[in-house]
Amino acid sequence: MVKYILSILVTALMAFVSGLYMPWWGIAIAAFLVSAAIPQKPAFSFLSGFLGVFLLWEVLAWWIDNKNNGILSQKISTLIGLGGSSVLLIVVTSIIGALVAGFAALAGTYLRRLIYPVPPPEKV
Amino acid sequence: MKFVPVLISSAITILLIIIFNTRWGVAPPFGEFLSPQHGFWQNAEPVDKDFGQDLQLPGLKDPAEIYLDDRLVPHIFASNDDDAFYLQGFLHAKFRLWQMEFQTYAAAGRVSELIGPKGLNYDRQKRRLGMVYAAEKAVADMEKDTVSKATADSYTAGVNAYITTLKESDLPIEYKLLGYRPELWTNLKTALFQKFMSLDLAGFETDFEFTNLRSMLGYATFNKMFPISQDSLDPIIPADTLNHVPGIIVKAPPGSDSAYLHNNDTVSVQVTNKPDKDNGSNNWAVSGIKTKSGSPILCNDPHLGLNLPSLWYEMQISCPSFNAYGATFPGAPGVIIGFNDSCAFGFTNAMRDVRDYYEITFKDDSRKEYWYNGQWTPTDFRFEHIILKDSTEYIDTVAYTVFGPVMYDKSFSGSRKTNNKYYAVRWKAHDAGNELMIFNRLDHAKNYADYLEAIKWLHTPGQNVIFACKNGDIAISAQGEFPAKWKRQGDFVMPGTDSSYMWQGMIPQSENPYMYNPERGFVSSANQYPVNPLTSPYYLGGEYHNYRGLMINRYLNQMTEIGIEDMMKLQTDTYNPFAAMARPVLMKFIDSASLNTDELKYYELLKDWDLHYEADGKGASIFNITWDSLKAIVWNDDLEKANMPGFYPYNSTLLEGILRDTAFEFVDNIKTPEKETLRQDLNLAFKKAAKTCKNLDREGKLNWGKLKDTHIEHLAKIDPFSRLDIDNSGGEYAINSVKKDHGPSWRMIVQLTKNTEAYGIYPGGQSGNPGSPYYDNFVDNWAGGKYYPLWMMSKDEETDKRVKAIIRVTKL
Repeated sequence: MVKYILSILVTALMAFVSGLYMPWWGIAIAAFLVSAAIPQKPAFSFLSGFLGVFLLWEVLAWWIDNKNNGILSQKISTLIGLGGSSVLLIVVTSIIGALVAGFAALAGTYLRRLIYPVPPPEKV
Repeated sequence: MKFVPVLISSAITILLIIIFNTRWGVAPPFGEFLSPQHGFWQNAEPVDKDFGQDLQLPGLKDPAEIYLDDRLVPHIFASNDDDAFYLQGFLHAKFRLWQMEFQTYAAAGRVSELIGPKGLNYDRQKRRLGMVYAAEKAVADMEKDTVSKATADSYTAGVNAYITTLKESDLPIEYKLLGYRPELWTNLKTALFQKFMSLDLAGFETDFEFTNLRSMLGYATFNKMFPISQDSLDPIIPADTLNHVPGIIVKAPPGSDSAYLHNNDTVSVQVTNKPDKDNGSNNWAVSGIKTKSGSPILCNDPHLGLNLPSLWYEMQISCPSFNAYGATFPGAPGVIIGFNDSCAFGFTNAMRDVRDYYEITFKDDSRKEYWYNGQWTPTDFRFEHIILKDSTEYIDTVAYTVFGPVMYDKSFSGSRKTNNKYYAVRWKAHDAGNELMIFNRLDHAKNYADYLEAIKWLHTPGQNVIFACKNGDIAISAQGEFPAKWKRQGDFVMPGTDSSYMWQGMIPQSENPYMYNPERGFVSSANQYPVNPLTSPYYLGGEYHNYRGLMINRYLNQMTEIGIEDMMKLQTDTYNPFAAMARPVLMKFIDSASLNTDELKYYELLKDWDLHYEADGKGASIFNITWDSLKAIVWNDDLEKANMPGFYPYNSTLLEGILRDTAFEFVDNIKTPEKETLRQDLNLAFKKAAKTCKNLDREGKLNWGKLKDTHIEHLAKIDPFSRLDIDNSGGEYAINSVKKDHGPSWRMIVQLTKNTEAYGIYPGGQSGNPGSPYYDNFVDNWAGGKYYPLWMMSKDEETDKRVKAIIRVTKL
């Protein structure tokens, strides 16, 4: 459990750092590297990549929006057909980042398994 | 097979990145655009953002300070002129970069680069009009003079100091949405902006429409539809104060009666993207004898297209040689409409026709030679390279003749039903001129002599330049360089096979009508005729507005002991003088006994209307709808004969026609055998109008504010970045001339007491960023007719509570 929480947090942190120096898709590299480094089950690695960036983008967007009183998010939400809802725009934002990071994390885990095969479970 | 999951998951990841990194049609790449660290979220400015910072900038000479006040108006304090203009460029870029660049794209005919082939027609119009050609010449003139060169160079360097430090994530949101990046600024872009304004203010013409009307209806009829004077005339200069012998004696070419005025050759060019014919403005200055304070007051409100970000950006520029405050143009150095420590200055448009067409005869389709003064003359070709969004290139080869560029020919179908003719355009904005200098000199002006020196620099667009000074002087001059024309010259397309129809010279500047400290105690202009056109030695051409000027002069004549409050009331006055003259005729002839209950209701509302364009009243709407209905009935039968329905003569022509004589010849419908009367036309018009009113009323849209539907659109027409909900008073003929997307773009009042007291407002905000609270925060107060005090800050007021942020700049 601790491992998963750790991998979510490290993904978020690495994704944030990538955003300072790289284009937006740096989040994929961050998620990929984290799950390549921390052994996880595929389903959980997808989830940790997904949640890591989901949380990061959710918090960042919410923080920015809050300081902006929603001035711009309402306009953009109207522009891209989300009916002027800031909340919806923040969720859509986060899901897009999260999907990319989730699959990248999955790829990282599978690559790790290719290099360090997981021993078959012991027979009972 | 263990690598299959790796491949699949990697492929999905890469595919998602590609999908979210790609521009789909008009949609931005969503991954990049929505990323909180890269995309639009970065433009969502904290509402309490601290704009203060310490900056090191290359090219700056000495340290300087910029104080941003509570409305985000910057107050620049620099140690020399160059630094002052450098910092102005820097601030224009910092707050308005996308807008200032977009305007130059529009001016240069480069819209296709942003939107692809659907911009091509627009771009070719601009290229073929010679916009870039004109701007290139203007740069040469600008760089010939050491002062204007230094001004332009410093401004350009300041803009670029901002652009070069701009991070991807800080790009204005429009770049992110449309997917391009800013280029470096150049002096050519400053010149392109000037031509952008010249096109807007001195690019209006109706030559092709007039030519067709003349040819189809005959010159005599045309002359009645578009007379060259107005009965209700109150020119800017009441009597020709100069009484000079004209420096140029203009003569119509021999034979022009039959070859020109009575020529019945039609053309089939439709000009699109016309400048707004409503571009107008008010300005006036009253001398101390009429004011409470005993000092002059100067007022100006230029009426232009209303957009967001606004055309205007407010600022103070202070350096040892001058200290000026006012409205500036992002894209050009200097304060344009404003005041300094000694005087105030403003502008209204001169409205004169300085754009004419000549029909060219080429030897053959190659366009290499054209017939001119009895011989085949070689053409110059200019190759216009238009880049499309997909980077393909479209080359437009434009033929240049002695008259100017051939704007319309076989290859430019534009919106034209081609008739295989060639039309060259002669436009005053192609001529030499260094317009930067007028603003530079006005910003520095200390007295009337300086004003006179400054306005000499204005060639195009011609403007009524108004002036007031702390020593008590007031003045106005119908300034610019205008062609000396013979009667009706250039109203129609002219023959271009020899020099006989060319402009015969420019009116000497010393002959420009002006007024200096007149006895009546005020000077004013509102786009009316500068002088009486019937006694002027030169034909004035153009379309003039007379009703606002009439009201301004009527009010100012009566007013005494004028204070700033009175001027605010005057600038926002909504009285409709046109309706005041027209309604009695309507009331006299509409047969109220024949009206049904609904019609009677609107009749009563019209009768009891207080003649003000009030947002929440219906009277102004009913009047306008009735007048439009009458106009269509009176004119369309004639206009249809010339295949030009809807191209109505000026409203003053119809009104003055029926005021003069109720048997005005155009009231007859030429399509019917019987002879209609004004009474018949008016009753028909009113019944039609009442029906329209009833429908609008049912939808709740008959109130004037709703019918007028004022909105301020974003420059790229992005609706959520626009203000579409403005429900305010005012209208075309009122001094407060607010229309659908056009109106007072900067209201300014300056009282030149020892300590200048000034007020102003524009419908926008200081920031061009739609994600800033300063983007449109002036709009509601503007719509409500309110003003902000304009603070001419002095250096020792650094600790004043109005100062919200300080940007300290030093040399890098």
